[in-house]
Amino acid sequence: MELVLTKHFGNERYRHLDTYTELGGYEALRKAFSMSKEAIVEEVKKANLRGRGGAGFPAGVKWGFLPKDLSRPRVLVINADEGEPGTFKDRLIMSRGPHLLIEGIVITCYALETHVCYIYIRGEFAREEGILQEAVDEAYAKGFLGKDILGAGFDLDVTIHRGAGAYICGEETSTINSIEGKRGWPRVKPPFPASVGAFGRPTIVNNVETIADVPWIVTHGGDRFHALGGAEKNGGTRLVGVSGPVNRPGIYELPAAVSLREVIYTHAGGLKDGKTLKAVIPGGSSTPVLKANEIDVTFDIESMQKAGTMTGTSGVIVIPEGTCMVRALSVLMNFYAHESCGQCTPCREGCGWLAKILHRIENGQGRKGDVALILDVCDHMMGRTICALADAAVMPAQSFIWKFREEFDQHIRDQKCPYGNRF
Amino acid sequence: MPNFTLNGISVDVPDGTTILQAAKTVGIEIPHYCYHPKLSIAGNCRMCLVEVEKFPKLQIACNTHVTEGMVVKSNTEKVKEAVTGVLELMLIHHPIDCPICDQAGECGLQIYYMKYGLHKSRYALEDKVHKKKVQDIGGQIVLDAERCILCSRCIRFLQEVTHTSELEFFQRSNHSEISIFPGEPLNNNYTGNLADICPVGALTSKDFRFKCRVWFLRGAKSICPGCANGCNVEAHFKGDILYRFQPRQNDEVNQTWMCDPGRLEYKRANDARLLTPVVREDGSPRAASWEAVFSAVAFRLWETMEKDGPESVAVIASPQFSNEELYLTRKLAEEVLRTPNLGFSPRTPGNGISDDFLIKADKNPNTRGAQLLGISEEKFEDIVRKVAGGKVKALLVFGNSIADFSEEETERLLADVPFVVQVGTNEGVVSRAAHAVLPSASFVERGGTFTNHAGRVQRFWMGFPPRGKSRNAIEIITGLANRLGAGWKFAGESSVFRAITGSEAPFAGMSYESLGESGHVAGGKG
Repeated sequence: MELVLTKHFGNERYRHLDTYTELGGYEALRKAFSMSKEAIVEEVKKANLRGRGGAGFPAGVKWGFLPKDLSRPRVLVINADEGEPGTFKDRLIMSRGPHLLIEGIVITCYALETHVCYIYIRGEFAREEGILQEAVDEAYAKGFLGKDILGAGFDLDVTIHRGAGAYICGEETSTINSIEGKRGWPRVKPPFPASVGAFGRPTIVNNVETIADVPWIVTHGGDRFHALGGAEKNGGTRLVGVSGPVNRPGIYELPAAVSLREVIYTHAGGLKDGKTLKAVIPGGSSTPVLKANEIDVTFDIESMQKAGTMTGTSGVIVIPEGTCMVRALSVLMNFYAHESCGQCTPCREGCGWLAKILHRIENGQGRKGDVALILDVCDHMMGRTICALADAAVMPAQSFIWKFREEFDQHIRDQKCPYGNRF
Repeated sequence: MPNFTLNGISVDVPDGTTILQAAKTVGIEIPHYCYHPKLSIAGNCRMCLVEVEKFPKLQIACNTHVTEGMVVKSNTEKVKEAVTGVLELMLIHHPIDCPICDQAGECGLQIYYMKYGLHKSRYALEDKVHKKKVQDIGGQIVLDAERCILCSRCIRFLQEVTHTSELEFFQRSNHSEISIFPGEPLNNNYTGNLADICPVGALTSKDFRFKCRVWFLRGAKSICPGCANGCNVEAHFKGDILYRFQPRQNDEVNQTWMCDPGRLEYKRANDARLLTPVVREDGSPRAASWEAVFSAVAFRLWETMEKDGPESVAVIASPQFSNEELYLTRKLAEEVLRTPNLGFSPRTPGNGISDDFLIKADKNPNTRGAQLLGISEEKFEDIVRKVAGGKVKALLVFGNSIADFSEEETERLLADVPFVVQVGTNEGVVSRAAHAVLPSASFVERGGTFTNHAGRVQRFWMGFPPRGKSRNAIEIITGLANRLGAGWKFAGESSVFRAITGSEAPFAGMSYESLGESGHVAGGKG
């Protein structure tokens, strides 16, 4: 199978500009400069490149939301705040192939007539930031960034902005606030970033992987990229991260047509030490959990939706038999309770409440009616907030209970964790 | 002009109107905490969720603009369930210390709980997150972080109105709280507004703290007497004691704000009041009946006029008095005392602060009114010269002080005048020097109009009758004039205002009805 991103990731030197260009890097940029801006956007639309940050919104369509007039300068923001638990794909791109991202940025900015780009990188990614900054410096030195890039008369400045480690800063309007030096929390929409974004300018926020796909699309055309996915409306390959007790945890570049079962058993080598599968969180911690018998679903966005979950950031978390689902959910809920920005009432109070109820259930102090209470609190959070963080907390909470209700009831009935856990 | 449907009612609204604003115009209440008409939209409280056709999720009414044909419902089960849910979440960490909270009785949480909540608590008491109570954060404000619902009105006020940004959010999730930065207390002249805009008991007034339960208070629409800006206020009182001012909305004058010094002006109506007529004979003051003091004053004025001529009588008017009272003051001087010696000074003792927002350097509510009624500042200087030169034998002083003179200067000035009469509200150097004190009603004990620095004539209303034996100054001036044979027939401030509008060009065409609550600019400029 053809690899879009990871083909040369085994080559330690690929992150350097000389090796990258030797292996054909920045040829897509030269081609892009020979194309019209509209033609590039058209190829990306044809490619069915769906946003890799979790929502899966088609990148070409998103770009179309920019106001037509160019009176206000535009900004491209690269969301490299990879904070979704279970997700570690963008980190790989930035450490193994940073020039893929940079080339994608230059092409995208050229197509969108943008001369300013911020890469908002997660605070914990100190090492990746170093590698990325080195790559940016190289690109400036060799004329791939800065003034009059490759003599094409196109100027672009790229600034790396390192966050301070808040999950919420991965939400695009929080990213923008944080870049502006403000408290990193979501903005009320409308206005949407495409009209009023970073520093009040029309802004597009794209995920690292999304933009890193752009050079390949320009080189090989949108149709070929779309075909790679093997599923309708799901272009290209995805970097699927597998974590948990599997034989070969890691990142796999796979088409959308691959099934979750293949991801776990074929690519990741199945569960280790003879463990059996209990559940899978398929797309980062915020996506609804699937039971072991629900994994014969292909990884494309629509099929996952039909299965009641989401492709998300394609961070597959494998949960083996023997795992206490109450404890697992409790750990997740502590994360959301900690990371809720505190702005909207339902999320600020609801996440903490859910965490506290789960904590007491796991500790053998659950009360009759607690499970119903969790579901009721979830109802008061879902879809009632400025951003999707509340939804992100509710989706695992609801799905864990819907699919493993008996385990929760048993904790409360027996006033102890059947797996012998205590906090 | 989009037309939309709200709970089945068809409503026309101007472009750019939000659902919440539109609902207000047709009298439909959409509950909210973070929305404030004078601040930017925060959208964080989530109380104003409504159903909008074609939107799968509930939308916040405060940030959803009405579009043509939109169908909105705020009365469905889904909305009610959502609002109750948000309210429950808002209350889980609230300390419910209403019995010791000054906000009780006017608290958004109490009001909405009674309307939209009435649920039983499902939250474990031991799970409550506690935050710091009773924090003096500077200005007029006490912060109780535990009662805060984090609506950010205060933060936005300090960013958008005062531009001082002393408050910010700290921490995250359910440990979020508002606070000042370490060692940087509130530092602006508008802090009192924070207690007004705080929908709960998180920010309360130091001055009003534990003074009175709000349900005992009654209100009178009034005008702050603290400076020439004429901020519209509601004066809150119990019995004949004032407890506080709160700003009243007037977009032409003060929007919904008022300054900190102005907020404390109410104290003037309570403290060191002149409550009984006083006559001083042979240096010792004694309380007298109104009849006795009127007779004594009228006799001495008549005697002085007869003996030394009307020029030996002088009247110092006060820009603290209403247009009605100033008009009668002028009429008394011109027609009854027939003296050319009538003047006033807008200068006041102390260093008056001012800014480019609401606080004016002129600390009188009615300087412009005095000017429009033809009472002059030059004449005042003239009178002072004549007093110093011993030419004034009887001096009628309105107000509690004379210009910006110090106590010593005032004492020296009045020492050689054979007969000084004061019409005023508060004890001070003038009342101590006066031979007759005619106590007049404070701003909240009478009605009338003030003309602010911009010429806006604004009404203020009586809250309660004059305290003690003090009287409405209109009665006092009329009483004096009639005892000198004037034969005036004024009955209350409205009859005087009618006379003003009949004879004074700047006020022509005005009436109490046409002034309404927001007033009119003198000279017909709107």
